[in-house]
Amino acid sequence: MAEPLLTVNSLYKHFGGIVATDNVNLAVEQGGIHAVIGPNGAGKTTLIAQLSGQLRPDSGEIEFAGHSIVDYSVARRAREGLARSFQITSVVMPLTLLENVMLAVQGTGGHSFRFWAPVKNDRAMRDAALASLAEVGLDDRAERIAGQVSHGEQRQLEVAMALAMKPRMLLLDEPMAGMGKEETARMIEILGGLRGDKTILLVEHDMDAVFSLADQLSVMVDGHVIATDTVAAIRDNDAVQKAYLGDSHA
Amino acid sequence: MKAWLPQTWSGRIYALLLLSLALAPFVLDWMKQPFYLDLLTRALIFAIAVISLNLILGYGGMVSLGHAAYIGIGAYCVGIPSYYDYYNGWLHLALALGVGGGFALITGAISLRTKGVYFIMITMAFSQMAFFLFVSMEEYGADDGLVIYSRSEFPQWISLDSAFGLYYWIFAVLLLALFFIHRLVHAHFGRVIVGSKFNEERMMALGFNTYRYRLACYVLSAMLCSVAGMLLGNFAGFISPDMMSWARSGELIFMVIIGGVGTLFGPLIGTMVFVLLEEILSAITVYWHLIFGIMLVALVLYGKGGIHGWLSLLDRGGGGRG
Repeated sequence: MAEPLLTVNSLYKHFGGIVATDNVNLAVEQGGIHAVIGPNGAGKTTLIAQLSGQLRPDSGEIEFAGHSIVDYSVARRAREGLARSFQITSVVMPLTLLENVMLAVQGTGGHSFRFWAPVKNDRAMRDAALASLAEVGLDDRAERIAGQVSHGEQRQLEVAMALAMKPRMLLLDEPMAGMGKEETARMIEILGGLRGDKTILLVEHDMDAVFSLADQLSVMVDGHVIATDTVAAIRDNDAVQKAYLGDSHA
Repeated sequence: MKAWLPQTWSGRIYALLLLSLALAPFVLDWMKQPFYLDLLTRALIFAIAVISLNLILGYGGMVSLGHAAYIGIGAYCVGIPSYYDYYNGWLHLALALGVGGGFALITGAISLRTKGVYFIMITMAFSQMAFFLFVSMEEYGADDGLVIYSRSEFPQWISLDSAFGLYYWIFAVLLLALFFIHRLVHAHFGRVIVGSKFNEERMMALGFNTYRYRLACYVLSAMLCSVAGMLLGNFAGFISPDMMSWARSGELIFMVIIGGVGTLFGPLIGTMVFVLLEEILSAITVYWHLIFGIMLVALVLYGKGGIHGWLSLLDRGGGGRG
C-alpha cells in the first residue's frame, strides 16, 4: 500500500455539548480519490474546516506529507499544498474569472509585496491561470465577472482556483452542491480527469458522483467514521446501509 | 483618437479637473482672489489625506475612524522641531513618515485583529489617545495649539515660502500620490488588498497571510496621510490637537464617500466638493451644517458610488472598464 499523503489520528472537536468530530481516523492515499459521505450534521464540513485550518481540533493529529500541520494557519496549509474549495461558493465576485484564478496562482507563488508592476502584465501568472481555467473548461469565459456567471460555472471556478494553487491535495467540499444534472455530469468529468494526478478528499452528497469517482469511501455518522473501505465493499456493508444509504435510497 | 487622451467621459472630466487645478493659481491671481487660492490649497492637502484614507477604506475595506490622527502627527512633526528652531524640511518629512508609520504599525497591528464595527471603534480610540496626548503637552501649547513661524526649508531644492510655490508643491505631491495609488492597486499587492476586502476567508485559503498585507497597507496609508499633515502644518502655520479629533476623521470618511469609495479620482473630487460646499454654504447661512447634513444623507441614500458613480453613468455604452 502506498504511503498516505494525509493522515488524521484521533481527531476530536466539540461545541459545548455537541460532539462534531468524535475520534476520527482517516488516511488518504497519494493519488487517490477518497470520498467522505454521511447524512446532514454528520460532521463532514467540520472535518474539512479542521483539515483546512479554519477550526482548531480539541485534540488529535493531522499529518500532511509526513509532518504535523495541526498548528499551521489556513494560509500556511494552503502554501504547503493543501488546497480547498468551499461548499458555498466563495470567490471574489467583482473580479473576472481570470483575475480570481490569477489570485490563486499568486497566493502560492511567493510573497505579494510587489507594489509597482501591474499584475496584468505578469505573463507567467496569466498563462498558469488560463491553463487552470482550461482544465475546467472555462477558458472561453475568462474575462467574465465571477458574480455574473451561472452557479455551475462558479462551482467550476472554485475547482479551477484550487487547481491553480498547484496543490498536492484537494479538499473539495461538496463541489456539486446546488448543481443541475448536466452540470453535475460536467463536474464528474472534470474531477475524473484529475484521477491519479491529484490526491482528492471529496465530501459530497451526490451518490452518483461519489460512486463513479471515489476509490475509497469513508462514512461519517454523528461525528465518527463508521466505515472506511472500497466503494464496492461499502455498498454491501450492513451498518452503512442501515445508518445512511438505507435512509436516503429507500 | 489619440491613445493618451482619456477614452471615457469620466476620464475627460478628471483630466479637466487636474488641468483646472494646474492653472488655478494663475487665474485666481489674475482675478485678484488670493482667498480662493488658500481655499484650494487647503482642499488639495485634504485631498491627499482622503486619497490615503481611500486606500485602506475604499480598496481595502478597512473603515478607520482615526485617520485624522495622522494629519495631526504629520503637522506636529513640523511644529515641534520648528519650536526648537529646526526648520529642515527633510527632517520634518523623515519624522512625519517615521512617527506616522511607527504609530500606524503599532496601532494597526492591534486594530487589524478586529473586524467591522470593532475596527472602527478601536481606530477611533487610538486616534483619541493621540489627541489627548497632544492636549496634555503644555510645552507645545496643549489645546491652544502651536504657531509655526516659518515653513519647512528644503535648501536648494524647494521653496514653500510663496503661496504659489506651496500650492504647486502640494499639487505635485497630490499627483504623485494618485500615481502611486494607481500603480499600487493594480500591482500584486493591490490585488491582495482588494481581494481581502471582498472575501478574506477565500484569500487566506489561497495561501495569503492577509493580516500582514493589510497591516502593510494600513502603514502605507498612514504615512501618506502624515505627509498631508506635514503640508497642512506648513500651510496653516498654526496647529492644534483639534486637527486630529475623531470628528475630523469622520469628515475624511465623508469626503471619500461623496467622491466614490475605492476609486482613483473619487477622493479628489469628493474633497473638492466637500470643501467648496462647506465654504459656500457657510457664507449663505449660519445654519449651513443642517443643509450640508441633509445633502450628505441624500447622497448616501441615493448616490450609490458617489460622484464617481454618477460620472461613470456617462461612460455607459461609450467606454470600457476602468
